[in-house]
Amino acid sequence: MFRICLQGAYRDDNGKPVVLECVREAERRIAGNLNMEYLPMGGSVKMVEETLKLAYGENSELIKEKRIAAVQALSGTGACRLFADFQKRFCPDSQIYIPVPTWANHHNIWRDAQVPQKTYHYYHPESKGLDFAAMIDDIKGMSLFSSQNAPNGSFFLLHACAHNPTGVDPSEEQWREISHHIKAKGHFAFFDMAYQGFASGDPEKDAKAIRIFLEDGHHIGIAQSYAKNMGLYGQRVGCLSVLCEDEKQAVAVKSQLQQLARPMYSNPPVHGALIVSTILSDPDLKKQWLKEVKVMADRIIGMRTALRGNLEKLGSPLSWQHITNQIGMFCYSGLTPEQVDRLTNEFHIYMTRNGRISMAGVTTGNVEYLANAIHEVTK
Amino acid sequence: MRPEFTLPSSSSSSSADRRLNALVRHLATASMVSQTAVAFSPTSGFHGDSVFSHVVRAPEDPILGVTVAYNKDPSPVKLNLGVGAYRTEEGKPLVLNVVRKAEQMLLNDKSRVKEYLPIVGIAEFNKLSAKLIFGADSPAIRENRVTTVQCLSGTGSLRVGAEFLARHYHQKTIYIPQPTWGNHPKVFTLAGLSVKTYRYYDPTTRGMNFQGLLEDLGSAPSGSIVLLHACAHNPTGVDPTLQQWEQIRQLMRSKALLPFFDSAYQGFASGNLDEDAQSIRMFVADGGECFVAQSYAKNMGLYGERVGALSVVCRAADVASKVESQLKLVIRPMFSNPPIHGASIVATILKDSNMFNEWTIELKAMADRIISMRKQLFDALHARGTPGDWSHIIKQIGMFTFTGLNSKQVEFMTREYHIYMTSDGRISMAGLSSKTVPHLADAIHAAVTRMS
Repeated sequence: MFRICLQGAYRDDNGKPVVLECVREAERRIAGNLNMEYLPMGGSVKMVEETLKLAYGENSELIKEKRIAAVQALSGTGACRLFADFQKRFCPDSQIYIPVPTWANHHNIWRDAQVPQKTYHYYHPESKGLDFAAMIDDIKGMSLFSSQNAPNGSFFLLHACAHNPTGVDPSEEQWREISHHIKAKGHFAFFDMAYQGFASGDPEKDAKAIRIFLEDGHHIGIAQSYAKNMGLYGQRVGCLSVLCEDEKQAVAVKSQLQQLARPMYSNPPVHGALIVSTILSDPDLKKQWLKEVKVMADRIIGMRTALRGNLEKLGSPLSWQHITNQIGMFCYSGLTPEQVDRLTNEFHIYMTRNGRISMAGVTTGNVEYLANAIHEVTK
Repeated sequence: MRPEFTLPSSSSSSSADRRLNALVRHLATASMVSQTAVAFSPTSGFHGDSVFSHVVRAPEDPILGVTVAYNKDPSPVKLNLGVGAYRTEEGKPLVLNVVRKAEQMLLNDKSRVKEYLPIVGIAEFNKLSAKLIFGADSPAIRENRVTTVQCLSGTGSLRVGAEFLARHYHQKTIYIPQPTWGNHPKVFTLAGLSVKTYRYYDPTTRGMNFQGLLEDLGSAPSGSIVLLHACAHNPTGVDPTLQQWEQIRQLMRSKALLPFFDSAYQGFASGNLDEDAQSIRMFVADGGECFVAQSYAKNMGLYGERVGALSVVCRAADVASKVESQLKLVIRPMFSNPPIHGASIVATILKDSNMFNEWTIELKAMADRIISMRKQLFDALHARGTPGDWSHIIKQIGMFTFTGLNSKQVEFMTREYHIYMTSDGRISMAGLSSKTVPHLADAIHAAVTRMS
């Protein structure tokens, strides 16, 4: 029985989970060499250093000026949670604005941190793209129809690239406008970057939104994860950073982040951090990683093209442009829950009922079957 | 302060009302507004106020501060007795042979991937951890009344358990012993519990204040949560005897006090895994409920891998199952799922009887070395005729000794003898070796005779 699972982690063209070669090599080098002593509360200094370079730029002045408070965190979840707790403690009157839709756990995280949450417009179902005008209105607090208008100095959660679950990202021009309006209202921009490198295949390109905000002078926060782009899922490796006014402030903020980490888990796990720092501090391994990340991203981009192409070849009356317009692991297909149920029951294709397809589950071996099935339930 | 405006509801009908609403919203400003943020300059926009400008630097962690000071000291005879990690006779950190073996096995197994674990962690690890602490023949396990979830070492297990209690338990107060590990009050407070203390240590005897303990637990409101160190109390090294544990158990059950055990030293205290779990097993044997936070940091030397487990023993299997479902809701917004590496090592070792045996031998060796250090220090002080009763050094158990030295004496020992410890006089026996015991004994002798 042919079955396709379209929810979850990256798969290669044979539908198998992948451990990157650079990761295997790093593990070989690590094993047997080091002890397993506690890391400092803020985690592996080496790993954090390399991770900041990825987000802020290899030669970032901000890094040189030591203006970034950064700690190793438990992947993206842990980074978001630590920030949410920090936000609650030091800006107790603030609220977080979360895009609609977003990764479901974002709501849980800020709720458990007891930070009141509101939403802002993001996805436009009719076009299966970005609801840009409404999003800007929400940022400006101008929406006449929304009870969610953001007071100045609110916190905005932004997906740096490869929006989860829609795959819809703002264009560069749109990012510039978003930055402008967020700055005008004195909002705080917090980026969740879970897919750097994984979206376009180029980590620098995927950090574009963040770089725009940095150029514009925002003091941002970033949650970074190595779960997908290094395939380190279960190792729980990530980083939380907060850009501060100066070095003194960065030291203060970092110390307070540590005060929140200590009663949660004391200090973060060492193994995954060692893998990351081994890879990123070795030029050859780093090059290998960049190649492997590009392979993963390219495969997904290839599958998007193939899926769309197949649907068009089948003569589908609908537009499937959004499949290639969207980016990253997920595609918001636009399928209704009923259509999704038919796909599952009649065609053994498994995806979430909001129509979200994990492109990572699509292979050259199943893309035609998938296109046929989608065509059947939508024609 | 935020100006108070009554915002009309957004369902008001006329367009004039809506425009008014929009205006009103613009006038309301948040208390943390960044006034200078409006200036928009692509090249020099770096000097606006941060919303976190008011954040002040947190005080240095007292225990870590010891190591920082130690590292700065150039003296060749310096000794770090603040560290809560095991050291060999040569003063080096130790990775157990059996752990290296397990790691190699995992490395060589090409079928292993790094995918996300389930929210509750590795099932095998959880089962084996429960067996380890409760005993393979535990009725609670047999009857499926235990739920075990993988967490980030002891700290993480305590935090997850405490968050669950803060949400679902009717009593939001936890009683912790005086003194206790410095991080305990913070863990429980941030989880949403309020913290009270019960008497535990008697400085005059350097032993237990058992009367005080019974009184304080006896006057706690019914149903209160009570933190118990399963063995090797940190920082004092003073444990109840089995008879005292039995009395504690009876008192607690009579008042429906909920036990929350912190088990960070199983096997590390006496050298015997079952012996060190006796207190917990006593409570489970009576059919009652309890929480247990387990850590593999010390007894498997996995410190930085953050391996631990939270177990909740319930009265009934369906309760355990419901509790587990709620624990998942605590875990997911905290870290989603636990780290795979360390727990994989533990599971590899625990499930293989040969490796398990190897582990017990290496564990006993660590515990024995510490016990031997206690004896050597005691003998050395005796030989010097150091005034005072030092028998507590060999009576206390586990990694730490509460010397009874006061902060002036501690300061003196650091200054004159380059010996580093926390200011409460706690020393880590794990940091001692046969070579360094004489130096420490000299220092204590000097401190006691020259400083009071």
